[in-house]
Amino acid sequence: MEYFLELFFGGLTRGSIYALIALGYTMVYGIIELINFAHGEIYMIGAFTGLIVAGVLTAMGFPALAILAVALVVAVVYCSAYGYTMEKIAYKPLRGANRLSPLISAIGMSIFLQNYVLLAQTPNFLPFPNLIGEFEFMEDYAHILGSANLVIILVTAAAMVALTLFIKYTRMGRAMRATAQNRKMAMLLGVNVDAVISLTFIIGSSLAAIGGVLIACHTGQINITIGFIAGIKAFTAAVLGGVGSIPGAMLGALVLGFTESFATGYISSDYEDVFAFGLLVLILIFRPSGLLGKAPTQKV
Amino acid sequence: MSAKTIVLEVKNLSMNFGGLRALSDVDLDILQGEIVALIGPNGAGKTTCFNCITGIYDPTEGDILLRSPQGKGVRLNGLKPNQVTELGMARTFQNIRLFPSMTVLENVMLGTHCRTKSGILGAILRDRKTREEEVRVVNKSYELLKLVGLDHHVNDLASNLPYGAQRRLEIARALATDPFLLLLDEPAAGMNPNETIALEQLVMRIRDELDMSILLIEHDMKMVMSISDRVHVLEYGQKIAEGTPAEVGANPQVIKAYLGEEAVDA
Amino acid sequence: MEGFKKSLLACIWFMFLTFPLVVIRVDTAEKTVQWRWMHMLWVGLGAFLLSYVWRFMLKRKAMGRSATNPDGTPVVPFLQRLSANPPLARSIMAVIAIGALVFPWLFSTYQTNIMISAMIYIVLGLGLNIVVGLSGQLVLGYAAFYAAGAYSYALLNHHFGLGFWTALPLGAGAAALCGIILGIPVLRLRGDYLAIVTLGFGEIVRLVLENWNEFSMGPSGVSGISRPGLFSVELSVDGATTYIYYLMIGLVALTIFVINRLKNSRIGRAWLALREDEIACVAMGVDRMKTKLTAFALGATWAGMAGVVFAAKTTFINPASFTFMESAMILAIVVLGGMGSILGVSLAALLILLLPEYLRAFSEYRMLLFGATMVLFMVFRPQGLVSSERQRYEFKETKESQG
Repeated sequence: MEYFLELFFGGLTRGSIYALIALGYTMVYGIIELINFAHGEIYMIGAFTGLIVAGVLTAMGFPALAILAVALVVAVVYCSAYGYTMEKIAYKPLRGANRLSPLISAIGMSIFLQNYVLLAQTPNFLPFPNLIGEFEFMEDYAHILGSANLVIILVTAAAMVALTLFIKYTRMGRAMRATAQNRKMAMLLGVNVDAVISLTFIIGSSLAAIGGVLIACHTGQINITIGFIAGIKAFTAAVLGGVGSIPGAMLGALVLGFTESFATGYISSDYEDVFAFGLLVLILIFRPSGLLGKAPTQKV
Repeated sequence: MSAKTIVLEVKNLSMNFGGLRALSDVDLDILQGEIVALIGPNGAGKTTCFNCITGIYDPTEGDILLRSPQGKGVRLNGLKPNQVTELGMARTFQNIRLFPSMTVLENVMLGTHCRTKSGILGAILRDRKTREEEVRVVNKSYELLKLVGLDHHVNDLASNLPYGAQRRLEIARALATDPFLLLLDEPAAGMNPNETIALEQLVMRIRDELDMSILLIEHDMKMVMSISDRVHVLEYGQKIAEGTPAEVGANPQVIKAYLGEEAVDA
Repeated sequence: MEGFKKSLLACIWFMFLTFPLVVIRVDTAEKTVQWRWMHMLWVGLGAFLLSYVWRFMLKRKAMGRSATNPDGTPVVPFLQRLSANPPLARSIMAVIAIGALVFPWLFSTYQTNIMISAMIYIVLGLGLNIVVGLSGQLVLGYAAFYAAGAYSYALLNHHFGLGFWTALPLGAGAAALCGIILGIPVLRLRGDYLAIVTLGFGEIVRLVLENWNEFSMGPSGVSGISRPGLFSVELSVDGATTYIYYLMIGLVALTIFVINRLKNSRIGRAWLALREDEIACVAMGVDRMKTKLTAFALGATWAGMAGVVFAAKTTFINPASFTFMESAMILAIVVLGGMGSILGVSLAALLILLLPEYLRAFSEYRMLLFGATMVLFMVFRPQGLVSSERQRYEFKETKESQG
């Protein structure tokens, strides 16, 4: 039972991180129908930015939790900036081009960003300081649910609630929903579509940044390739839930997190990534619209 | 009339998209050698009807039967578009769907795909059979381009043709599939009056010289009235009238559909 | 003045953007921080200048679009003229052919080896070009087919001692089979979903090769693969390299020949039409699945052959040679060369392989430039180095005289 609970919370933690990244995919896809292949790299940049902030502040002798807060804020600011710039350079000039051009551009962007960080920082694994520490009140449960896991789950839940409220009740959120439904019509009705798209990238990148910093605290080390794998998995989560659907992405991320956690716990850990990719392939083949998505009608 | 066979028969055709009923209980028939027009206000379900007939949509209910001049009847429901085309029915598209970066000739040559056989090995080895087939395809496509008046544009890219010419190219491409029934989706849309008159003549020639039956969707009433043998009228997914152009033109329901309530009272 | 202001803004923005990653380097274990302010200066300067170039290119693109003159684009006029001028093209081809034939006698084995690699990528690029360039199916897991070929030879050679020439068709067949098995379920997916599924498939293949020790010998790979023998004569390393070199020349020539013929055939036209407009293509009587599958299987076949040669050349393979980056690089070759253009893809393969080899300073930045080039080409020149339009025009002229 304890093992089961451990796997359960492990899955919940993974799922939370996937959800943070998957939302970026799903929101962007919902609005401009692009698989933003470089989104995983934003997450990786978030982790690196967090590391740099942590390094500088640790050297200056700040307390761990304060460092975590600052690292989160700085990572969010920078990742938003990267997301915004990326959209302006690699995707905006391609609006109206055929479907594959922006996708190839996104792949190029992903390769570029990965190697940019490689050159600017290092290709090696870097140790990430444990900024979260171990809470005293969690001591008895530490073997089931670590403090870092708890923080990840709570922060993710808070971010999800905030996002949902934002999209439901604010003016900009309404504009985003309208643009996702029909970009042309939204534009005609006075929605500043460019601003909506930029905002979508900014929100998606912010969430990825949070995910990046938190997972780095959890795993204790980062390198430039973490974005690729996490990106693919988060995309799997987004597709699983129905790409374009925000609750779908959250649900899909949890399903994927649990699947991975239990499959590696009960079957074999060698094939950890194979489970995720296998799931991705199977879903796309048998239910490409996902759990909560609706099948698109072909326009002729 | 009675001596002529029915080439296409549509019975009780219905199509739902989710909760939306785009077509309900539509009946339609076309006799050998006839030009039949399908008219109706925007959104009446005309193109949906075409898409059901040509296999792009799978209709929710109803039967679609195709009978070749040789008398062979086939139920089209559930067939893929390419299978429908192979059986002898070809179409054009309302919002032109050519292959933009292929040349005009190649666009027509593609139409012969389902009537030719050469495969990969033939293409690589270029044996005599393949070469002969290729020459036949080129000649046939060239003849069709002559028919629609595009033989001076053989090597142009399809995307570089003017609008009206693109519509005629679509017709040539459809003819290259060797159909006995041709479906034209708004062939005159965007054409000027002179072009429309030339198009009318072209459609008549295709019917007479190639022994074709034609079903067309058209908004240009002058064209519909002058070339069609019979007219079917759709409104809100239902057939509201059928008959000769004169009969349909005098039908109060049709006038109402097109011009609104007051026009009938006046 | 307006431009200056914009560039200044870009300069400040990018200095801000790159500040933490480029300027600061921390060592969390030693708790030291390294500040590299000079880097910021370079970034600022670079961003300032590049923003001028960026705006200039954008302006030119916008102008090019408003004046839709097909022969009005003056970019790479030489290559365009070349393909429009058969006698000139033929003489240049002859020079290249002679150069290629004497190459191993003029240069060292090391250089010859590099040329073999470059030619393997030409074949891979042209093979993927069938799938992506001609039939328009974006495949991101092409390395999996390459791996299928390489592992077929490696394992057959290791376990059964099969020779190169027996393995070549078997490897090609194995890859084609993989292509068909994968193709049947996935080819009905929409373009971008297909891309992701093939990526997933490619990663699964690599992960299985890495973890299934009994089958593929795990991450350490297969070593001691035989080099091809010439009429059962054992060749020295140098001799074998020269032999493989000529073999690759043959394979490249065969590939170009076959694709050239396919391109202007009934099947090739169906591929192009499928790429341009799937619905119209199907409505004109083309069987979508069959046509896509032939492209898929054929593309995979070529990857398989390239894989067999690769295994024979290096005599050692492991899963690390077949990562997603490999697939992305082959895709980059196709994209940069120009989808559907044989000349363009071959040129791009040579450029991408040889530039980092001969410009050492370049090799560190190779992947960075790759990524950037892919983005820039998509933005400014989606048709690639050589657009394939004119070639088909030329082909039509001869056609017309027949008709």
